[in-house]
Amino acid sequence: MTACNSKSKTKDTASSTSSAAATSAASSAAASSPAATGGASSSPAAESSSPAPGGTATAEFNAADGKVFKETSDKGGTLRYANSGDWDSLDPADTYYGYSWNFIRNYGRQLVVFKAAPGAAGAELVPDLAETLGKPSADAKTWTYKLRAGVKFEDGTPITSKDVKYGVERALDKEAFPNGPTYFNDFLDLQGYKGPYKDKGKDNKSIETPDDQTIVFHLKTAFAGMDYFAQLPSTIPVPAAKDTGAKYKEHVISSGPYKFSTNNLGKNFELVRNENYDPATDPDSGRKPLADKITVALNVNSDDIDNRLQSGDLDIAVEGTGVGPAAQGKIIGDPKLKANADSAAIARLWYTGLNKDVAPLDNEHCRKAILIGVDHTGYQRAYGGAIGGDIATNMLPPQIPGAKVIDLYEAGTKPEGDPDKAKEELKACGKDGGFSTNISYRAERPKEKATAEALQQSLSKIGIKLTLKPFPAADYYKLYAGKPDYAKTNGLGMIVAGWAADWPDGFGFLQQISDSRVIRATGGNTNIGIRLPAVDALFDKALAETDKTKREAIWADIDKTIMESSLALPGLWAKGLLYRNENLTNAFVNVGFGMYDYAAIGTSKK
Amino acid sequence: MLAYIIRRLFVAFVLLFVISAVAFSIFFYVPRLAGASADDLAGRYVGKTAGSEQIHQIAVKLGFTDPIYVQYGRYAKGIFTGSDYDTGPTTVHCPAPCFGYSFITQNPVWPDLKNRLPVTMSLAVGAAVLWLIAGVATGVLSALKRGSFFDRAAMGVALAGVSLPIFFTGLLSLSIFSYALHWTAPGGTNPMDAHNPFDWAHALILPWITLAFLFAAAYARLTRAGMLETMNEDYIRTARAKGLPERTVVFKHGLRASLTPILTIFGLDLGLLLGGAILTESTFSLPGLGQYAVIGLQNNDLPKVLGVTMVAAFFVVMASLIVDLLYAVVDPRVRLR
Repeated sequence: MTACNSKSKTKDTASSTSSAAATSAASSAAASSPAATGGASSSPAAESSSPAPGGTATAEFNAADGKVFKETSDKGGTLRYANSGDWDSLDPADTYYGYSWNFIRNYGRQLVVFKAAPGAAGAELVPDLAETLGKPSADAKTWTYKLRAGVKFEDGTPITSKDVKYGVERALDKEAFPNGPTYFNDFLDLQGYKGPYKDKGKDNKSIETPDDQTIVFHLKTAFAGMDYFAQLPSTIPVPAAKDTGAKYKEHVISSGPYKFSTNNLGKNFELVRNENYDPATDPDSGRKPLADKITVALNVNSDDIDNRLQSGDLDIAVEGTGVGPAAQGKIIGDPKLKANADSAAIARLWYTGLNKDVAPLDNEHCRKAILIGVDHTGYQRAYGGAIGGDIATNMLPPQIPGAKVIDLYEAGTKPEGDPDKAKEELKACGKDGGFSTNISYRAERPKEKATAEALQQSLSKIGIKLTLKPFPAADYYKLYAGKPDYAKTNGLGMIVAGWAADWPDGFGFLQQISDSRVIRATGGNTNIGIRLPAVDALFDKALAETDKTKREAIWADIDKTIMESSLALPGLWAKGLLYRNENLTNAFVNVGFGMYDYAAIGTSKK
Repeated sequence: MLAYIIRRLFVAFVLLFVISAVAFSIFFYVPRLAGASADDLAGRYVGKTAGSEQIHQIAVKLGFTDPIYVQYGRYAKGIFTGSDYDTGPTTVHCPAPCFGYSFITQNPVWPDLKNRLPVTMSLAVGAAVLWLIAGVATGVLSALKRGSFFDRAAMGVALAGVSLPIFFTGLLSLSIFSYALHWTAPGGTNPMDAHNPFDWAHALILPWITLAFLFAAAYARLTRAGMLETMNEDYIRTARAKGLPERTVVFKHGLRASLTPILTIFGLDLGLLLGGAILTESTFSLPGLGQYAVIGLQNNDLPKVLGVTMVAAFFVVMASLIVDLLYAVVDPRVRLR
């Protein structure tokens, strides 16, 4: 869900197809931005400080990608955000939008957090409410976090481990909070505990708080990546006395640098400085609460947002998915506007599942014929060309730690496909003259329709005839493409899809789309047909592996196993064109989210 | 007269009941007929990692596992008596007419509708005044100066007004008047946040003009056609022969007779807009009922859509009744029984 963005961090990830693959040299240097400043005071407007090494104050294309644009510590002004839709929820227990996890650091502090820093450092977990990252037991089933002293809620009440425990426990109640992730439900050794509402007064042995500063999580299975769970918004502390359940989103009690001053659900909300936030208790997160006030308008026309960004009437389109097609053309075509834009890589893959439940795709040679014969440049054009993303050779986006380029089907070296070699595979499949199958896509998504058409056109050259099958987006996974029986019965041999990581890590990206044990017969699956015992076994191995480097190597192994199985056609590693309003200061794209970092950005407009 | 009104109100009530039952069935029963199970429907309202057990819990909570008549009965009861909702630690009561709870935000629909109605009313009524004055005046003048430059120019502009969609004229006018010239308020300005009538009007002037441009065009053409027909009637010639001033002939005898069809259309148009000016509110990001319906549609949040449907149906039915009553005022030949 959250997206990530970083240009290649290692040689391994530098794809030959990536047009902007080598920009991160400066990232690490720029990553060491000053520690968070903040608090209640606000200094008058001043000229921006000189940029740090690797940063820049010159408006140019990608000036805020991998480095800080107009780095400053000057405070003041109002940051104006707008959202073309509604927020899923402001409640830390009930939010699952990537931009919301980016923004929530303004009013909440998790146990650990992705560092607010440009470049690769943005994918690094650092302690926030906790003093250090989690300390595991030998079997990686028990994790202990020690809280910092002196952290307070907005009303001045000290935050204790019990507040964190309560925050996690209430998020377990999926009737009250249906939107949020279920990782704690799935991994904690709950022994039937259902949360503080249904099991009021009952002891939850899976989370212990031996003292006010210590919290201990007991998992039912080993999970070496527990720190990724500890960065989930549900670890933001919630005072039990102020909890109003599903209505808590109307007034979330802040533990971060800002607090809510107004909140009109579905319309707008406003944050002002939290005078009980002490930056001294926040030395690691990289937060830089620069603006005095933050306003967020909801349900604003998306074209209007793009216009207002360019006119300076608005600072940030909070969704962070990039400007719309109309504005994209205008910005790319105008050097002055382009200088204020960043093409941010997102940890999202646009891909097409090859369904082995549907003959003849049950034969791997027929699947390989598609992977080898397809014109990847057509896939890229469907998303607007290089601005829409880089041609993907495999599943894991390059910014995921451990990702490697695995180009088994020469998508990188022969992006237009290899029809002759594809025909050999067709022969091996027993379909010399080709075959017919259906391709599904979401009707409301013109880029997915264009993808299906591009694949139809390019595969027709090797005799593979595709029939286009559009389905309503809202029910695409629930009732159609993500429901195994339906997909099989209706001959959906190819399923156009997309996926973004919950966090920039192999587990966060791969598990929901390739672990066969997440597939439900009832539908709603985002794993649209990858059922490989070898992959499942690798996931189990990774969960128990406490060595980060070794664990990251396993993600690449999983990626390779999927590619060898030829069950997925990777399309693009996505990019979004972000417009950088001239007022913005201290702007940089955060790898963890694939958009501007909302915990560090400021404005020069006072 | 009173008996007529009572009879019409009763019919209106029955009509609203039928509309609510049909709309409810479309949203909640038709998907079941198409093969969707209760859990399939509930799957729309959970996070992406939700398991089968959680999805089923939500299906039970939202009442999808009950027979459709039980679901509708609960909804209808909520409109008359209100309904209770479990927020987790407490149960909250939503007073009548509750219109259910949003599946996404878990808020009762009626307070949202109430909260957004003033925005929609401000938009619809203001624009209606503009388009009625501009449209009828242009139509009358065009008819009286048939074939003149004014007539041709006015009808040309009217054709453009009818042809150009609001999302085009709206965004264009925002770009020019709000972002280039800074004369009008930017998109997303909530008129109900205004501290005085001037600010309120400032927030709405562009949406008013844009919306009125579309409707005024149609009204101008309608008025012109009606006036041309009426002004050729024998009784107009008689009125002129009797020596009545031209002003009296035009307004008392000509326009009044032409007003009946305009009144009919106006009532329905205004009623519909009061139920949400979807395109205008979306283009200008106005937090009214139309935007609320769009949010509901985008998120499959059916109680929101159903709530707006009911409000829109109420206004159309009421507008229709008021128009029928006004017929008697406008046209002396009409008698209500």
